[in-house]
Amino acid sequence: MNRETRRILRRLLSNTSAILGFVLLIFFVVVAIFAPLFAPPPPNKDPYIMPIVTWSSNPLPPSPEHPFGVAGKRDIFYGVVWGTRTAFRVGIIVTLISTALGLLVGAVAGYFGKLWDEVLMRITDIFMAIPFLVAAMVLTTILGAGLDKVMIAMTAFSWMYPARLIRGNILQIKEEQFVLAAKALGVSDFSIILRHVLPNTIFPVLIQASMRMGSLVITAAALSFLGVGAPQGYADWGALLNYARNWMLGGQGEALKYWYMTVFPGAAMVLFVLAWNLVGDTLRDAFDPRLRL
Amino acid sequence: MIFYIIRRFLFLPLTLLGISLLVFLMIGLLSPYQRLATFIDSPERLKGADIDKLVEFYGLNDPLIVQYGRWLKNIFQGNLGWSYVGKEPVYDALMRRFPYTLELALFSIFPILFLGINLGVISSVNHNRPLDHGLRIFAVVGWSFPDFVFGLFILMIFYSVLGWFPPGNLSLWAEEVVKSSAFHSFTGMTTIDALFNGRLDIFWDAFLHLLGPVLTLTYVQFAFILRITRSSMLEVLQKDYVRTARAKGLDERVVINKHARRNALIPVATVSGQTIIGLLAGAVIVETIFNRTGIGSFMSLAAQQLDYASIMGGTLFFGLILVLGNLIVDISYAFIDPRVRLE
Repeated sequence: MNRETRRILRRLLSNTSAILGFVLLIFFVVVAIFAPLFAPPPPNKDPYIMPIVTWSSNPLPPSPEHPFGVAGKRDIFYGVVWGTRTAFRVGIIVTLISTALGLLVGAVAGYFGKLWDEVLMRITDIFMAIPFLVAAMVLTTILGAGLDKVMIAMTAFSWMYPARLIRGNILQIKEEQFVLAAKALGVSDFSIILRHVLPNTIFPVLIQASMRMGSLVITAAALSFLGVGAPQGYADWGALLNYARNWMLGGQGEALKYWYMTVFPGAAMVLFVLAWNLVGDTLRDAFDPRLRL
Repeated sequence: MIFYIIRRFLFLPLTLLGISLLVFLMIGLLSPYQRLATFIDSPERLKGADIDKLVEFYGLNDPLIVQYGRWLKNIFQGNLGWSYVGKEPVYDALMRRFPYTLELALFSIFPILFLGINLGVISSVNHNRPLDHGLRIFAVVGWSFPDFVFGLFILMIFYSVLGWFPPGNLSLWAEEVVKSSAFHSFTGMTTIDALFNGRLDIFWDAFLHLLGPVLTLTYVQFAFILRITRSSMLEVLQKDYVRTARAKGLDERVVINKHARRNALIPVATVSGQTIIGLLAGAVIVETIFNRTGIGSFMSLAAQQLDYASIMGGTLFFGLILVLGNLIVDISYAFIDPRVRLE
């Protein structure tokens, strides 16, 4: 381990909020991996569909059998556990694909400049001029309900942020001596971008991606909450909260009776997003020397 | 700078054109039969009707570019189409609902800025002390709260248990007064109209209905302002002029409030502009949870029912807010900080 790596590790481990973030994240990873142990799915059924446990549509409070209670005929504990997998899947896939797309667009715009830059950046502006949630909602409804559709819609409207970041960085790095040297030696544009430019701009992109993770998961859950995301009965935190919504407005004076419908899936979401935000913050502090205070 | 502003204004119609094309292409993914649904106001009309003929009548089988041209022609005649969700022309629906969104944004931005800036300054002055850590945790938790989770908690506690902040726009009795001819509407914003009409009871009622959404937006949004203020203050506090101010024996309060804070607020100003834009364009969830009839909840309904005239009109409206808002933020930035040159 070289000095810089040790320094970064030491910084990461000396910071309480960083440790909290990593511990929370590891906790969620464990829950996601061992979901079949914590909440065994019924045999020969899709484990991501929460099994129906009662016939009455009234919510049931927590009991030894259903530790988090029952909402919409389904076990909340089961939904929270398997919803962790859903959250990771949506967050990671959308982040990876949109970052890759953004890298491509940003690299082309920043490196080739001129007309490429102007055209690509104006297209980026157009995509950014529609509020993210509205755009994702419209596209998901058009494509039809389903988690894959949610992911496509969110990817289509989140590649712009890494694209802008990478373009800005490339504009800076393009004029550096080592890039000019490579150009003078006759290295092809493609390998200059891949071998010299990208490795020097990749860290800010990764940090931004980890900080975006939280908001992506929130948006996906918001879509399910509004009823345009995951299909009926799918293990998803937003869908669980959707069950709670009607009981919050309808059951006047009695809503506190149904606290478990909001508190458990809500807490899972908040902690999950909190974990990513803390980790993102820490990575930024550790890698961005300007913020070293 | 004048050239910069003109250039940005010239790009405005192009961006709007781009947005409309983008939305139109998305809607083009639907089959003509699915799109027909938004023209039919009741299922009765479909009985016995020849569906293919209806598709033909509305020109839904034409090439997309022809349909886009037709839509564009209507726009230039000032016709945004008929909103299926609002049961009125899209333009009227947007104009009637926008004041509700604007009102919510106006009422939210003050507590957001007040809390964000003041707590940010306190946090930076107590850098790395327990108070700083406490405020940062409070902020990062708020930042991590999805608005619909926090909104549900607010609804559960302040409406269901305490009965303080009811959802909706107004109570029934107030709604009747506002709709009656004796009540003049000046701005469309109920609180302000109520004051003009001298109806303090209605102002109070509208205010109570606003508190739930305002509280939600405040907690979810102020964290960002706090973060920016804090890091900007920390940077400024290390500057030479702050050391000079201290060295010449100024009171610490004067150093913080006058020398440091004013300079630290420059980046906060930009971010505040973006926060206002976000409030105008992003209150979809909060409006839905608290049953407010602003443009956010309107768009959410339109999207869910694929009411595509409303979707087109609404996204254009949002686009206009975002593009104009960003332009205003950029220009005002040059005024606040004379070192900035727009090019």
